[in-house]
Amino acid sequence: MAADPLTRVFAALADPTRRDIVTRLAVADATVNELAEPYDVSLQAVSKHLKVLGDAGLVSRSREAQRRPVHLEAEVFELMTAWIERYRRQAEERYRRLDDVLRDLPDDVAPEP
Amino acid sequence: MTTTGTHQTQISADPDVPLIRIVREFDAPPEKVFQAHTDPALVAQWLGPRRHTMVIDHYDCRTGGSYRYLHVSDGNEFGFHGSFHEVRPPSLIVQTFTFEGYPDGVSLERLVLEPIGAGRTRLTATSLVDSFAARDAILASGMEGGLREGHERLDELLAG
Repeated sequence: MAADPLTRVFAALADPTRRDIVTRLAVADATVNELAEPYDVSLQAVSKHLKVLGDAGLVSRSREAQRRPVHLEAEVFELMTAWIERYRRQAEERYRRLDDVLRDLPDDVAPEP
Repeated sequence: MTTTGTHQTQISADPDVPLIRIVREFDAPPEKVFQAHTDPALVAQWLGPRRHTMVIDHYDCRTGGSYRYLHVSDGNEFGFHGSFHEVRPPSLIVQTFTFEGYPDGVSLERLVLEPIGAGRTRLTATSLVDSFAARDAILASGMEGGLREGHERLDELLAG
C-alpha cells in the first residue's frame, strides 16, 4: 500500500525516531554513525529508518567520498507542511465564521425538545 | 473575540487509517455549537467558503435525516449531499459526505462536542475516507483546486 507520495511522507513521519532524525538533519547533514549515536539501537535499525525516509523522498545520500552524509530534502518537507497549513487555514477561517455565529446566538436558546 | 492562541484549529492526519482529525475550541457551550451545526439558517452562515454563496437544498439534521447543499460561485455550482446517521444533542453528529463532482466517493464524518468548562466547548471532527490517496487529495487541495498542481510539484521534487 501507500504508493501515493504524500502518504509515504506521512507514514515516514509517523515514527518518533524518524521525526527526530528529520529534526536533526534540518540542522545539518550527518552520517549514519552520527545519527545512530544518541539512540540505543543498531546501525542497521537507523539505516532502516533512513531507507523509509529516503523512499518517501525526505532524505538523500550523497556519493561524496566514503562519508556519504544524509541530507534532508527540505523542499519536500516544506511542501507537505504547506499543504496541510493551507487546509488548516481554510478550516480556521470556517470556524472563525462559526465563532461569529455563536457570539450572535441568544443565550436563552433552549435545546430542541 | 479575545485571544486567538487558544482558538487555532489543529489538524492531524492519522498514519494508520485514511483519516483527518480537526480539533478546535469555542467560547460557547456545546448546546450552542450543536445548534449552529443543526439549524440550516445558521449552518448557511459559516459552513461554505466565503467567496461562494451557500444554497441549502434541504438540511434535515436528525438521526435518519439527510442534507444537500450547493456552493455557487460565478455560475458554477458544487453540490454536496449525505445522510445523518446519528444525531445526539448536544454532543454527537455522525454523517456521510459526498462531493457530487465525484459521486462514487464518500466520507464518514464524526463530530464530537465536549464541554471544557467556563461555558466553552472542544470540537473534534474526524473525516474517514476509503483510501490514503483520497485522504491526501483532500488534505492537499482543501477541496478547492490546486491538487493536480500540488501533486505535479511533489512528483517533480521526488523525481529530481
